[in-house]
Amino acid sequence: MGIQGMELCAMAVVVLLFIAVLKQFGILEPISMEDSSDSELELSTVRHQPEGLDQLQAQTKFTKKELQSLYRGFKNECPTGLVDEDTFKLIYTQFFPQGDATTYAHFLFNAFDADGNGAIHFEDFVVGLSILLRGTVHEKLKWAFNLYDINKDGYITKEEMLAIMKSIYDMMGRHTYPILREDAPAEHVERFFEKMDRNQDGVVTIEEFLETCQKDENIMSSMQLFENVI
Amino acid sequence: MAAGVAAWLPFARAAAIGWMPVANCPMPLAPADKNKRQDELIVLNVSGRRFQTWRTTLERYPDTLLGSTEKEFFFNEDTKEYFFDRDPEVFRCVLNFYRTGKLHYPRYECISAYDDELAFYGILPEIIGDCCYEEYKDRKRENAERLMDDNDSENNQESMPSLSFRQTMWRAFENPHTSTLALVFYYVTGFFIAVSVITNVVETVPCGTVPGSKELPCGERYSVAFFCLDTACVMIFTVEYLLRLFAAPSRYRFIRSVMSIIDVVAIMPYYIGLVMTNNEDVSGAFVTLRVFRVFRIFKFSRHSQGLRILGYTLKSCASELGFLLFSLTMAIIIFATVMFYAEKGSSASKFTSIPASFWYTIVTMTTLGYGDMVPKTIAGKIFGSICSLSGVLVIALPVPVIVSNFSRIYHQNQRADKRRAQKKARLARIRVAKTGSSNAYLHSKRNGLLNEALELTGTPEEEHMGKTTSLIESQHHHLLHCLEKTTNHEFIDEQMFEQNCMESSMQNYPSTRSPSLSSHPGLTTTCCSRRSKKTTHLPNSNLPATRLRSMQELSTIHIQGSEQPSLTTSRSSLNLKADDGLRPNCKTSQITTAIISIPTPPALTPEGESRPPPASPGPNTNIPSIASNVVKVSAL
Repeated sequence: MGIQGMELCAMAVVVLLFIAVLKQFGILEPISMEDSSDSELELSTVRHQPEGLDQLQAQTKFTKKELQSLYRGFKNECPTGLVDEDTFKLIYTQFFPQGDATTYAHFLFNAFDADGNGAIHFEDFVVGLSILLRGTVHEKLKWAFNLYDINKDGYITKEEMLAIMKSIYDMMGRHTYPILREDAPAEHVERFFEKMDRNQDGVVTIEEFLETCQKDENIMSSMQLFENVI
Repeated sequence: MAAGVAAWLPFARAAAIGWMPVANCPMPLAPADKNKRQDELIVLNVSGRRFQTWRTTLERYPDTLLGSTEKEFFFNEDTKEYFFDRDPEVFRCVLNFYRTGKLHYPRYECISAYDDELAFYGILPEIIGDCCYEEYKDRKRENAERLMDDNDSENNQESMPSLSFRQTMWRAFENPHTSTLALVFYYVTGFFIAVSVITNVVETVPCGTVPGSKELPCGERYSVAFFCLDTACVMIFTVEYLLRLFAAPSRYRFIRSVMSIIDVVAIMPYYIGLVMTNNEDVSGAFVTLRVFRVFRIFKFSRHSQGLRILGYTLKSCASELGFLLFSLTMAIIIFATVMFYAEKGSSASKFTSIPASFWYTIVTMTTLGYGDMVPKTIAGKIFGSICSLSGVLVIALPVPVIVSNFSRIYHQNQRADKRRAQKKARLARIRVAKTGSSNAYLHSKRNGLLNEALELTGTPEEEHMGKTTSLIESQHHHLLHCLEKTTNHEFIDEQMFEQNCMESSMQNYPSTRSPSLSSHPGLTTTCCSRRSKKTTHLPNSNLPATRLRSMQELSTIHIQGSEQPSLTTSRSSLNLKADDGLRPNCKTSQITTAIISIPTPPALTPEGESRPPPASPGPNTNIPSIASNVVKVSAL
């Protein structure tokens, strides 16, 4: 050791520095993997153009002017012409600042997205609105049934109703009066089923639903509530 | 609620039909769109440039000039357009705000002109979008600083009449240009500082020889003269210091300031020297003390702006300099160690220990190279050369980088702080908007109740007090109201929530309540504990007795599912006679009442959304008489 060791170290350091210098001259090219950077083509955002005004007028009960003003508002918010679920949730939650409206927005989105392709086009939007605002009570009730029937099998089960109810109660948020209890949605579902489920078979069919609702004064009158929204 | 999504409000309201079959109570009435007209294009003529937009676009923001009826003042009947005699460039941004919901700040625009325009159109600058907000704030701050500077310099020229003598003196000291006396004082002190420094220097120069003795420094040859000069200078400095101390607005702060410390250090040696006699023991220390006289040169920093800036720069870049020092120390230690062990073997090596090698390393790394210590072994020479090369790198290269780093890091810190502050402000804005919207609903609910109660009492002039919400807002509130009805719960704000929690946890039944209730202890819904809900039938006969209470009571009725037509604790029935109570608002009701007595008198009126039965106008005229003792029953 001693001198020999230090001289060895010195030699080693010199050799290393030499190699570093050589590398700079490109003589000792280290084998480097060429990363072929695939320029990923950004999928251009899908654009959608709605059907013609006349066709939409035929499909819905809106006048031309109403369709025009609806489309203007729609296009302003969604320039691409379609609403995906996240944008929809974003928009809908702004109306309910105190609670969490995302779950109910999800159900609503599915109800509006008639063809189930994950995006609401203007046609879906306008057809849905036409039913809700200008349809007969019968049509509106069918729409509501469709909303509750999450898996669209024609039956509303207790689980589906519970999910819907929970999402509605979620929108209330925490600061409610009286204090929102854990079992409030479940209880509400129980009452709903007691009212709607005629044959007590645990599911509500469309006929039971329509029948019960048409007998209920409150429901019938509140269905007429939003006639003049547009 | 962002106005951009106001376009979706009709959709949200339509979707509320999904709640209807689930709700058990009737929904409140929708606000009527009284002035429903077809959407029309309106023309805005701004200094000759015509802008056109839909009326509904402008009505998105009803509290601005263009969104309210204020624009009618600018309506030109002849040309059927709205004429504004303002800048069309800025108007472009303003109109885009209505269209997109985002307000942008154009960079080429002057900040004060922009602010004026925003103020004219009734738009708060705080809603500038995040993309332009930073720029806006920067420009605004610069402008404010400039204004402040202008004001200061203005103020300095004015004579402030009501300054006390002490304040004038302080101003004279701080700012020599205020009066000629101050200027004279400034120059005199400067002169004496220079004299003092020069005497200190000249003292040590060897002045010619006195015949018969060796060369003496001037200080010892003309000791009396130098002593007199020194005394004069110290006198002046002492007087100056005492005057400053007297004039300082905050003496404690003055004493702690750097300049006063320098002053003290500059004059202390003299006094200590006076006090100490020619005591041989302490004369060594006395000599050391004279070194501190050189600190008088720092007094020049009061006279030189540049010195002050340098000092401030060093202070602010202290962390960077500290890091430089740290890395240098690391390198010095490394190389000193290596050199020591490399030179250990050579004979008569000057590298006797690692600390001794420090000197070599420092001299080599700073490329001084005195040559008093040189390595002799080959390993030592190799490492020595590496040391000097790395010295160049370690010291010479980062210096310009550090200099530019100073300004970059300084500005970066400022921007990071700004961003942090703005982030807080941004979150606060979002929170405020959220609470604002929910508060607006609660507020308007209360106002709405008040309105409807007043409507029922038929005082038309008071009706109009509450009609300040726009149509969009009332529709939004109607939507939230429907949700409340669907779930049989109400929105309240946080404070009331806490209050209710506290009160329900320590609530007690009022003894004046119907005895049937007291026999059902499990009635209250406490937020903290869940009890099984018991149902009770409130006999009608008890209700009228409880109608007028001196204590304010808030009873809520939680509705279960089965039929109970005799239960009439609906709100309207409480105000009606008992026999009229057979028409509950919610027919299917087995009602549990939870009574929480709140001793404070809320000015709550019955909710007006009940469909009052035709017989109601009679009993409802009792409302004004019991307006102060109103039982609010929210029959949900």
